[in-house]
Amino acid sequence: MAASFRRYLPLLLIAAVWEAVTRAGLITELTLPALSNILVAFWNLLMQDLLYQTGRSIMRGMSALACAIVFGTAAGILMAWYKPVRILVKPVIQCFYPMPKSALIPLVIIWIGLGDSSKITLIFIGCLLPIVVSSFNAARGVDQVLIWSARGMGASESEVLREIVIPASLPEILHGIRVALALSFILMVSSELIIANDGIGFLIGFLGEAGDFRGMFAGAITIAMIGFFADRLYLAATNRLLAWRE
Amino acid sequence: MARIDRSSGGAAPALGDVVREKGLWLFEALGPFALIGAAVIAWEVTALQKAIDPFLLPAFSTVVMRIFDDLITGKLLLNAALTLYRALVAFGLAASIGVLLGILMARVVSVGWFFDPIVSIGLPAPKIALLPVFMLWFGLFDLAKIMMVAFSASFQIIATTWAATRSVEREIIWSARSLGATERQILWQVILPTALPQILTGLQIAMPISLIVVLVTEMVMGGEGLGSAMLRSARFADSPGVFAGIIEIGLLGFAVIRTMEVVRRRLLSWHQEAARDETTV
Repeated sequence: MAASFRRYLPLLLIAAVWEAVTRAGLITELTLPALSNILVAFWNLLMQDLLYQTGRSIMRGMSALACAIVFGTAAGILMAWYKPVRILVKPVIQCFYPMPKSALIPLVIIWIGLGDSSKITLIFIGCLLPIVVSSFNAARGVDQVLIWSARGMGASESEVLREIVIPASLPEILHGIRVALALSFILMVSSELIIANDGIGFLIGFLGEAGDFRGMFAGAITIAMIGFFADRLYLAATNRLLAWRE
Repeated sequence: MARIDRSSGGAAPALGDVVREKGLWLFEALGPFALIGAAVIAWEVTALQKAIDPFLLPAFSTVVMRIFDDLITGKLLLNAALTLYRALVAFGLAASIGVLLGILMARVVSVGWFFDPIVSIGLPAPKIALLPVFMLWFGLFDLAKIMMVAFSASFQIIATTWAATRSVEREIIWSARSLGATERQILWQVILPTALPQILTGLQIAMPISLIVVLVTEMVMGGEGLGSAMLRSARFADSPGVFAGIIEIGLLGFAVIRTMEVVRRRLLSWHQEAARDETTV
């Protein structure tokens, strides 16, 4: 308790300085609203539609991420396992992996429009490649000796895949998914900022344009904190899932 | 191939192997282009047959013509230069601040204590959500874009540099010190080279983030650049422009990321990883 207080003390210091500087009028309300005002705005938004908008965003992000995890890990492991798949698919991945994923936002707008499915598609494509690459590298990096021993003891190919390759590559796959999780939040918020009719990104942009800077700060801090807690939650889940390692 | 097998009679198995090996070799040589080539041909054919609405899928040739058009009118060069300028200035800013702060955090206890919670919260948080805040603070022009990109990219660089500097073995530092090295020499000749591979990895993660964010800032704020040109095309229902934009941005991203890999190999030619066979895509 004391240790974590000591650790997070700098944040309290910043909050105190923030409040003091804005209360003293050194920074105008139009540049940086006082922290207490932002908290009030947060409460007001919470009473209105903050939960709904956030829920919409999270729903989009998570369903897209779930699809990306399923398809991405399958594709990555298949690429590592079957050479023909690797030869055919790898150059496609190499071409598209370095492309900044936000370039797809205008494309999904003209293809699918403004609704949920355009954002889900965008996040799905954006998260797919990091997951494919990390599962491919993970499955490729599995110790050959383990695979040979399993085969030597009479394991079938599917058993080798299920009992050896997947568990051995799990840590790296899970790390790739963590990268994709962060990316899904970036793509979610930016696509909603650019064009949407609901969602937390839309709410932030809308409040900013309407001149409600307190609300805008409250919304931005909310989604940033949600991103942070999602990462922590994921990390905790990963550690449980990998508890069998030492 | 089957005919050759039959005619060769007794030597069939050996020749069969050769043929199979040749086939495999051919597959390996052509395979990489097969899927992309097939996709491009399928794209062109479906578009020419008007099987898909040309608004949704303009022909590949139309898109190529559009890119060519952008190139001669100078639009492509201007937009690409603007986007690259914003991304690289912001990346440079993030890299210099990030590496400096990361090293300071690892070397100076109070700096580490102060920035630890900020970095650990800021790293996973979607910094792009602060885009309206940056627009409020810095306006709608290059400054706001550059600051937003630099802010988004810097956390990754700080975090990896911090971790890299902390993981330098103490024994190495102690040995250098007992051999009479000054603190400055230790920093430049021991800590930085040892931490360099990991710092470069951080920079290599931060670069794609910079590119992603710079496009988003251009799409939101306008002001030319590849991102804003693309979004304008989408708004005016100019689908060849959107597809041309994707290809242009893809090539730009590819060039930037490959350049970073070359730089890494150059900088780390002394390191054992240069000799290692890479599996990464």
